Amino acid sequence: MGLIHEIDFGTPASKSEKQVTLTVDGFEVTVPEGTSIMRASMEAGIAIPKLCATDMVDAFGSCRLCLVEIEGRNGTPSSCTTPVMPGMVVHTQTGRLKDIRKGVMELYISDHPLDCLTCAANGDCELQDMAGAVGLRDVRYGYEGDNHVRAKNDGVENFKWMAKDESNPYFTYDPSKCIVCSRCVRACEEVQGTFALTIEGRGFGSRVSPGAHELFLDSECVSCGACVQACPTATLTEKSVIQIGQPEHSVVTTCAYCGVGCSFKAEMRGDELVRMVPWKDGKANRGHSCVKGRFAYGYATHKERILNPMIRENIADPWREVSWEEALEYTAKEFRRIQYQYGRGAIGGITSSRCTNEETFLVQKLIRQGFGNNNVDTCARVCHSPTGYGLGQTYGTSAGTQDFDSVEDTDVALIIGANPASAHPVFASRLKKRLRAGAKLIVIDPRRTEMVKSAHIEAAHHLALKPGTNVAVVTAIAHVIVTEGLFDEKFIRERCDWSEFEDYASFVSDERHSPEEVEKLSGVPAETIRGAARLYATGGNGAIYYGLGVTEHSQGSTTVIGIANLAMLTGNIGRKGVGVNPLRGQNNVQGACDMGSFPHELPGYRHISGDAVRDIYDSLWGVKLDNEPGLRIPNMLDAAVDGTFKGIYIQGEDILQSDPDTKHVSAGLEAMECVVVQDLFLNETANYAHVFLPGSTFLEKDGTFTNAERRINRVRKVMAPKNGLADWEVTQRLAQAMGLNWNYKHPSEIMDEVAKTTPSFANVSYEFLDKMGSVQWPCNEKAPEGTPIMHIDGFVRGKGKFIRTEYVATDEKTGPRFPLLLTTGRILSQYNVGAQTRRTENVAWHAEDLLEIHPHDAENRGLRDGDWVRLQSRAGETTLRAQITDRVSPGVVYTTFHHPDTQANVITTDFSDWATNCPEYKVTAVQVGASNGPSEWQKEYNEQAQQSRRIAGHLEAAE
Amino acid sequence: MVMQPASTELAARTAAVISELKNLEGPLIPILHGVQEEFGYVPQETLPIIAEALNLSRAEVHGVFTFYHDFRHHPAGRHVLKVCQAEACQSMGSDAIAAQIKQKFGIGFHETSKDGAVTLEPIYCLGLCACAPAAMLDGEVIGRLDADKIDEIAEEIRS
Repeated sequence: MGLIHEIDFGTPASKSEKQVTLTVDGFEVTVPEGTSIMRASMEAGIAIPKLCATDMVDAFGSCRLCLVEIEGRNGTPSSCTTPVMPGMVVHTQTGRLKDIRKGVMELYISDHPLDCLTCAANGDCELQDMAGAVGLRDVRYGYEGDNHVRAKNDGVENFKWMAKDESNPYFTYDPSKCIVCSRCVRACEEVQGTFALTIEGRGFGSRVSPGAHELFLDSECVSCGACVQACPTATLTEKSVIQIGQPEHSVVTTCAYCGVGCSFKAEMRGDELVRMVPWKDGKANRGHSCVKGRFAYGYATHKERILNPMIRENIADPWREVSWEEALEYTAKEFRRIQYQYGRGAIGGITSSRCTNEETFLVQKLIRQGFGNNNVDTCARVCHSPTGYGLGQTYGTSAGTQDFDSVEDTDVALIIGANPASAHPVFASRLKKRLRAGAKLIVIDPRRTEMVKSAHIEAAHHLALKPGTNVAVVTAIAHVIVTEGLFDEKFIRERCDWSEFEDYASFVSDERHSPEEVEKLSGVPAETIRGAARLYATGGNGAIYYGLGVTEHSQGSTTVIGIANLAMLTGNIGRKGVGVNPLRGQNNVQGACDMGSFPHELPGYRHISGDAVRDIYDSLWGVKLDNEPGLRIPNMLDAAVDGTFKGIYIQGEDILQSDPDTKHVSAGLEAMECVVVQDLFLNETANYAHVFLPGSTFLEKDGTFTNAERRINRVRKVMAPKNGLADWEVTQRLAQAMGLNWNYKHPSEIMDEVAKTTPSFANVSYEFLDKMGSVQWPCNEKAPEGTPIMHIDGFVRGKGKFIRTEYVATDEKTGPRFPLLLTTGRILSQYNVGAQTRRTENVAWHAEDLLEIHPHDAENRGLRDGDWVRLQSRAGETTLRAQITDRVSPGVVYTTFHHPDTQANVITTDFSDWATNCPEYKVTAVQVGASNGPSEWQKEYNEQAQQSRRIAGHLEAAE
Repeated sequence: MVMQPASTELAARTAAVISELKNLEGPLIPILHGVQEEFGYVPQETLPIIAEALNLSRAEVHGVFTFYHDFRHHPAGRHVLKVCQAEACQSMGSDAIAAQIKQKFGIGFHETSKDGAVTLEPIYCLGLCACAPAAMLDGEVIGRLDADKIDEIAEEIRS
């Protein structure tokens, strides 16, 4: 295996199409115009010594090590900042250059510790490499005198010395080892876009400073790790490397957090994970990462992880650890008993958006083939099911239209109901980079998120609408585009159904959809809506990015349709830089949907009622599939409360915490006779489970994840499953216990079955993925290498379909008892229900859920920052601490849902999207008041959770 | 260091300086000068306010602020005396002049006399090399420094 070494070309690639030929040390090399001599030389296989240059950031020219001589030019220009010219003759190694480089290195080393043997970067230090490369043999200046290396000089305090900053949980900053190359500062600015670092002082006094001479943890740093990656010395080093040592082999795999799907090198020493390093060739992340993927993998070895199967007859009993055989036999017997007793439809299952495509495919196969019904659903029900419906209806397929690279050609980005800076940080960094290069931004969000305004980023228009009025605002934007004649008639005539457009145009032109009327509902000034509409329609390539702030509403599907209409109206579809891009929440939510996790769809979004489609599976699986759609998650719970649904197999989802109206969910689970939970931890749902099957992490199995851009990325096993079995093996063993003849030896065989039966995956195989790196579906005869951009010459459904978007206010309304609107979201350091991130050092940033409330609303209620408050809705109440901020508008409060102690979903109601049942998380009428501490419900819940987590033979409960 | 929230008065005065200069091209340095003029130094608490107003990070403002020695971290004395220590003045004996001045006021470079009368600073070239050794008192340049001129300066400072 060995460590994967990526070539550092020193400066970024040039995008020019014009080629230039030059000679480096006698070798001819041809590179795109604008390439640096350093990069061109590296292309020719000649590595010019360098310290301040690395290809993740632009050339800087400060280290003076990469000097070259060019025939016909005076002096010794730096090769990183000098672009190539046709016919140039470059020498990288001359007597003069050797002397200069050696002299420069002497200066560096004269102010650097000489503890190489015990240094954490030993084996991975560019300073050490360069000392070797230039042949440094002694340092004429000696090591005495002014320095940054020693705390004391001859017993006297050295004020230039700075202590190590260990405040960040994942990396250390040791200023004594810093050579002030500025790579970290530039990585933070250019790659991450946070600008948290600077060089303070000047000359010999120059030092890297987080924030205004703050600790890393107190500064603006978001811990993305770009600076650590950029650092050529041990100044910024992962704590894991300090503790373990350098890795010896690495495996490329895919992050298991959000839907961006970043590629990482898992760098290992034996079977111990040393660090995760973003992979430059990863097409989603292009070598960047965020705090979660880069650092927050500690949950995989957390002490609370359950490694043995467990069963209990009654949820009031403690768990009993059993063998895999016993657990699976018990489950199979229970499921068959329930079906015998209550009917074939009395059991079902939930697939996981965290697990691989292959595992998801197996769970739905088990349900359709083994359970003999279609009672399968997935957590996309509660997030992006409206996307599936809305884009399916208008364009003919349920997926984002672009790849992430497309953002580099975007002129106007329109973000609706999403906060990529928190939830999709690597995409946010790429978008911010484009914005700094001049693209414009429109944000539609009730909160003033980091995307609205942060260092060097400012939205041209922020439509701070009242939660629940998305449809009205989107329709008002269409009103402006149509009535002001800003639509793209040529595009619409060619690509869309003209009569449907005419119908839609007359609908939106109605005065009640004008910005002036909509202002009354949404609170967004009419001029702002008009400005945003004009900018999106006329500002060049317009791309829409949206998130759960669009979908998780009673009219989620309608908003998605409205968004699709906007893109069609303005011709912003079918090329680079434009499109409609749902930002998927979980790593494989796209894949879970693709793999047939919905009760009405077989893999590839083919309706279960289609005879031809069912025939494919009937003949392959040797069964007769039910042609009726099965139950959705909320229907399963309703049926459970009614007594007709008795058993469920839940793989990798914590519905008790993530689904709306917690009390209803718990009542449903409680009414069942066999709840099987497969997860890493005893999650909240497991409090109601009878069988617990320990899950495996993404590090412990092979498979694929499909990200928000439809990109199928390989997940590769880097260590053996600590629980003994990969998740796909567990499902296979359960299927075998239920009498099915499954014999997959490797997940690649499962993908082969997917490819064989699903036209949009026809060309996908592990062999092909290994060759291509990754591929975006559809990938078949028509698109042999996949499809980065969809709908290029026409919509998948034929003609694009305009559909009316009538605004119907939600039934969830504010009134005297519940005067505020609660909306929910995420924070950067935590992920979803927090089962993983809460079990990492990420809690340093976000240890509890907070309620954001506007100063006016807080003052009315006599609340101060940090006070405990009671949050009440028609559905329930909880308590948490208040954070007073004007990020939210008056009348709106906001919280995250990462912590089970808060259980924000006790508050949310059971209203849901009219088309897909996607719950209305984003709008709940609430009241907020002072409180002394946890509510009765929270105390009872905690007690119950403690009780239900007891394991026989273990002294302590797991949590 | 933990950032302290700025007092309302300080914030208001800073905001006034910012609003006057914000529309300049490259407004950060003029604003830092303006703040120094307003308060006599650049209070640490004004940096986040400036960062917020210019949509910069705290780090960036800190980086610029600390790069220029002219921006003060603490209030200066009633008078500021800058003595040139650059090459031309050195060749004309500015070292000795500086030593005399230090002795006269009992302070070193970057220090303020106990009575708050004067702050002494080195400066590197006033562009007055023809009249070296040179100094600057409260923005007024003084050439051909010698013992007499130092006495005159002392008189002005103590008056």
